[in-house]
Amino acid sequence: MKTKFTTDTKLESEIAYFENINLKLESGDIIDSFKLAFKTYGKLNADKTNAILVCHALTGDQYVAGNNPITGREGWWSRMVGPNKPIDTNKFFVICSNVLGGCAGSTGPKELQNGSDVAYGGNFPSVTIKDMVKAQSLLIESLNIEKLFSVIGGSMGAMQTLQWAIDFPDKILNIIHIAGALKHSAQNIAFHEVGRQAIMTDPIWKNGKYFENNEVPERGLSVARMIAHITYLSENAMHRKFGRKLQSRDIISFGFDADFQVESYLRYQGKSFVERFDANSYLFLTRAMDYFDHDETFRKNIEFSHNPNNHLKYLIVSFTSDWLFPTIESKMIVNQLNSLSREVSFLEIDTDKGHDSFLLEEPQLDDVIKGFLTNNFVKIDE
Amino acid sequence: MNKINSIRKDWSLIETLIAEDRKILDIGCGDGGLMEQLENNRNAITHGIELNRDLAANAIARGFNVVHGNAELDLSQYSNNSFDYVILSQTLQAMMKPKDILSELLRIGSKAIVSFPNFGHWKIRLQLLISGKMPVTESLPYTWYDTPNIHFFTIKDFLNLCNEMNIVIEKSIGLTSKGKQFDISESITGVNFFTHEAIFLLSYKNFEPIKIKSSKKVFAKNSVIAN
Repeated sequence: MKTKFTTDTKLESEIAYFENINLKLESGDIIDSFKLAFKTYGKLNADKTNAILVCHALTGDQYVAGNNPITGREGWWSRMVGPNKPIDTNKFFVICSNVLGGCAGSTGPKELQNGSDVAYGGNFPSVTIKDMVKAQSLLIESLNIEKLFSVIGGSMGAMQTLQWAIDFPDKILNIIHIAGALKHSAQNIAFHEVGRQAIMTDPIWKNGKYFENNEVPERGLSVARMIAHITYLSENAMHRKFGRKLQSRDIISFGFDADFQVESYLRYQGKSFVERFDANSYLFLTRAMDYFDHDETFRKNIEFSHNPNNHLKYLIVSFTSDWLFPTIESKMIVNQLNSLSREVSFLEIDTDKGHDSFLLEEPQLDDVIKGFLTNNFVKIDE
Repeated sequence: MNKINSIRKDWSLIETLIAEDRKILDIGCGDGGLMEQLENNRNAITHGIELNRDLAANAIARGFNVVHGNAELDLSQYSNNSFDYVILSQTLQAMMKPKDILSELLRIGSKAIVSFPNFGHWKIRLQLLISGKMPVTESLPYTWYDTPNIHFFTIKDFLNLCNEMNIVIEKSIGLTSKGKQFDISESITGVNFFTHEAIFLLSYKNFEPIKIKSSKKVFAKNSVIAN
């Protein structure tokens, strides 16, 4: 496979071009050429045994560590990935790519259709988690890495780690699956649907063709983000952070201004999200999560895999206050792996920070990730 | 013997009961101390379950396969005969349903290793007799109202239960309170009186692994594998 690599100076990102590759998607659609934007951190060792793929969540991107030029802020997991961090880039070569369908440089709805000067918009083919992972596997192949030491991700990233274990077990040694599930639950689909409706009922959305007039369905997208953001927190965390405190005033206004701090916070979250994320991408990626379902098939896929997967190690982590991907969902994965006598570790971390815990300060998460990676790396190095 | 020494002693005796290169499940594995010992000295493949979150996190961070969970709820997920040994060290007396746990151990493992403090030890009998209060000793150091040990039993009780459940005792080791070691099966008189802690290697009579899985496999292969 010949792949063209370039560096996008504006995005401060590497871009891999896969041309005439006819990527067949799960939907049956074919993308003849596509590109993936990615970042790498640390150095690949001579034996190429120290590569780790980090998979980002719904609204993440390839800027896992260091500076993110799009937001001007630190990378989304810079507290976890970097020199001497739990995923230590002095030791490991970390790769993170923007998912297929994303909007940070990889082929997605806001990019131009092949051979045309019009963006895909709503015409982008439906992509799934399986398709994203297939594209990632082509990237890893093109980087001449035969085997990843680990694939790590939270939330939608966790879904990708499971998909790696199912589709490419021969190309990985372990996965770290954080705050995920075998399937996207009815409640989660419901929240996503409300978010999508907010976008699609915004008159500016225009069946996904808003870019033709250089417009953005800001209201719809920001409302979608506000709803989603609530699901990432917990009641306790929200109470601890905001309570009923008022925003920049001493008394309530008897109107619909953002009287409460929590309202002001959500409005800010919505507004800043619009500046960095594409509405069509949000529609397609939430859909990809909705379609994720290995509830009935995971055990069979692992037990009867064509590719040997007995060597795989699994670390599954959940959080007590995560009601979007509750512990019970993680335990289903653990139960199925244990019933097949697979090498699985599981920890439920006690925190009130909700689903977003995996992105936040959680010392126990740092400890298990660091220890799991370090000790298992020693074992393969022997 | 203090608590730590007594656990170490327990582990080293457990080690003597285990053959090389076996697959082991340690229930209540703590931070993986026994697992480490068996990996190093017996080349074992080890899995563990630990209820305490911090201990489970430590064990995982030390590189062991450990599931944070409750053995009384989570053992059912393991398949029949999927381990060579299942170990329950100093925990049976703290279980809600010791009999169910015992049968689970021998469903999951070809053999089970169970160790427990003997409530029939003379010091305990004497304490209850003289003071009329629930005994507090080195191996059972808790007062009655905050003890994790909710089912007290003696070696005699345990032997009776094994008999009732058709469990074979392959080996049995007793320890006196001074740490002296002896073979329980060979010392008939006074065993229940002098044994401070006991360790048993258990199996079922003529145990044949139940092979339910094979028919299921054929079924699954022919039908729903394509996805």
